[in-house]
Amino acid sequence: MAEMTIAEALRQALREEMRRDPRVFLLGEDIGVPGGFGGAFTVTLGLAEEFGRQRVRDTPISEAAIAGVAIGAALCGMRPVADVQYSDFLFNMMDQLVNQAAKLRYMSAGALAVPMVMRAPVGATARGAQHAQSPEAFFTHVPGLKVVAPATAYDAKGLLKAAIRDDNPVLFFEHKLLYGSKGARSEKGAVSPKGEVPDEEYIVPIGEAMVRRVGKDVTIVASLLMLYRALEAAGVLAQEGIEAEVIDPRTLVPFDKERVLHSVKKTGRLVIVEEDNLTNGWGAEVAAWMADEAFVWLDAPIKRVAAPDVPPPFAPVLEQHYVPSTARVVDTVRSLFGVY
Amino acid sequence: MDQQHTIPPLKKEELLDLYRRMRLARRFEETVNELYLQGRIPSTLHLAIGQEATAAGALHCLRPGDTVFSTHRPHAHALAHGVSPHAMMAELMARSTGTCKGKGGSMHIGDFARGFVPAIAIVGGNVPIAAGAALAATLQGSDAVTLCFFGDGAANEGAWHEGVNIAAIWRLPVVFVCENNLYAASTPFQEAFSIAHVADRAGAYGIPGVVVDGNDVLAVRAAAAAAVARARSGEGPTLLECLTYRLCGHSRSDPRTYRTQQEEKEWQERDPLPNFVAWLTAGGHFTPEALQAVDQQIEATLADAIAFAEASPSPEPMSLYEDVYA
Ligand SMILES: Cc1ncc(C[n+]2csc(CCOP(=O)(O)OP(=O)(O)O)c2C)c(N)n1
Ligand SMILES: [Mg+2]
Repeated sequence: MAEMTIAEALRQALREEMRRDPRVFLLGEDIGVPGGFGGAFTVTLGLAEEFGRQRVRDTPISEAAIAGVAIGAALCGMRPVADVQYSDFLFNMMDQLVNQAAKLRYMSAGALAVPMVMRAPVGATARGAQHAQSPEAFFTHVPGLKVVAPATAYDAKGLLKAAIRDDNPVLFFEHKLLYGSKGARSEKGAVSPKGEVPDEEYIVPIGEAMVRRVGKDVTIVASLLMLYRALEAAGVLAQEGIEAEVIDPRTLVPFDKERVLHSVKKTGRLVIVEEDNLTNGWGAEVAAWMADEAFVWLDAPIKRVAAPDVPPPFAPVLEQHYVPSTARVVDTVRSLFGVY
Repeated sequence: MDQQHTIPPLKKEELLDLYRRMRLARRFEETVNELYLQGRIPSTLHLAIGQEATAAGALHCLRPGDTVFSTHRPHAHALAHGVSPHAMMAELMARSTGTCKGKGGSMHIGDFARGFVPAIAIVGGNVPIAAGAALAATLQGSDAVTLCFFGDGAANEGAWHEGVNIAAIWRLPVVFVCENNLYAASTPFQEAFSIAHVADRAGAYGIPGVVVDGNDVLAVRAAAAAAVARARSGEGPTLLECLTYRLCGHSRSDPRTYRTQQEEKEWQERDPLPNFVAWLTAGGHFTPEALQAVDQQIEATLADAIAFAEASPSPEPMSLYEDVYA
């Protein structure tokens, strides 16, 4: 066992997969330049030194080409892991991801496969409207894409390995405040959870949620940074006698409905926490499923805690109101018990 | 160029104005960097220290009614265009009196009332929009010109190519100004291009491509004046590449270990500001004292801007919900 940050765990996953499988290679902006950053959040630091710049390929600022090249290489036998510096720039490659990567298998009636990973950092960190979005939900709407969002070092490593070995295009979301990036790249307000990572090889299967805290009174579903807010909220609520069960979905597509359903049957209450804008988020889908499948077990309306339907603001005082806080989660849960 | 546009020689006060714009940008950025390190400015900063001649030279011959597009590195552009240093300082400090009421931050500085579109931080994303702004002027029968800044890295975005091409085929009144500072973040120019100059691409779109010393404010000004005149007279876009260098990191505490100290030293010697001062004084245009008087004015302005920003309130939480729709 070794204790490490998420950035370190991701780096280890990349290193191990590249050693194991010569088809795996990396591409992205500023990922391997000598003396450079190792990507926007240091994840690929040192990998170009070990694997060379043919396998750790720096690209121009050309997101459509990053995605397209990854797709083409994946179609023809490679296992690319591509990187965007901020998930906001996924919108620069939407055609490649949504019209191409997601659909080539279906259009070709199974003749083609696109085994690629697109890594993308999400989350608001006082960078304003174009560097702060959490766009996971956009991709959960697209059949053919898998969507992964790990919140711990253990999961980051195990899920990235699973994503690289998966035969489908996987959108792999990482949170800027969880990386644990150090020095010049550290972030104000970071949570940076360190976690135990086994020395021996392991995989975290795509599509399995994880109960992070057991409770009997209310189920809280939250991913990435929001998981930590939910866990903090659960601690506060426990002091008031409300035992929250906190579920980390870990994968958004395919979504582990059973795990949530099982929990809601026990607690009768459900709160979903997302950092993204409220409307049409993945939480809305979870709410709809549970309204459909858990209706008779529910003792209270399903609640969502999310960012309001506005773009991310720059000013830290505004951003604090934008990103769901622990207090908002606590208040929302309390309201389900008639406590305001 | 299809046609020669004669540019009248600069008057003395115009020279002083160029100096003032460059010096203001330099001192503003040195000051905000200090404030950032002291924790009085949040987030991150992309400074343009070393690139002031491009900003000041390119914008000098615009008129009221013209439109400017900027990038994630907008401070020098905005100051050279006359955006208020007070409102800029307040924006960087996330105050309600900022250019974007604290909603934009450093990467979205601007003042549309002055024709400076709040900056666009998606690399290359501003280029097609600039073409659209130029189209609007054409459709409205105005002779207004649009000037669009971008870095070398931006010229590898698909949006850049689409925007330049559409401006070219429609002969839109836009000047594309590439600030080639030899790096896109840590990536050296020669790793991202198989040609010597961004301006070489102009030929592919059938527009003039011009390369100038971006650290020579007078050279930039002359080239920009010709391109602006060309655009204004309906002859279409120009791609103007200004060769320059950022004498600072890409953003906040970039250790710059992807560049050699030797290279930095060489460019330090080409710092546009002292070189322009030397030219102004050696040529007998101004005494050192005359320039120092400008410097003192700038220091007073900056002190005042900081005081203004720090006395300004933070945005009201409820303003979060404003301005989503028109
Ligand atoms: C579409 C997009 N991709 C990546 C980035 C991240 N990024 C911000 S600045 C930058 C480098 C830009 O280089 P260049 O265009 O040369 O401008 P410079 O920073 O040198 O002024 C990058 C990659 C971005 N903001 N937008
Ligand atoms: Mg550059």
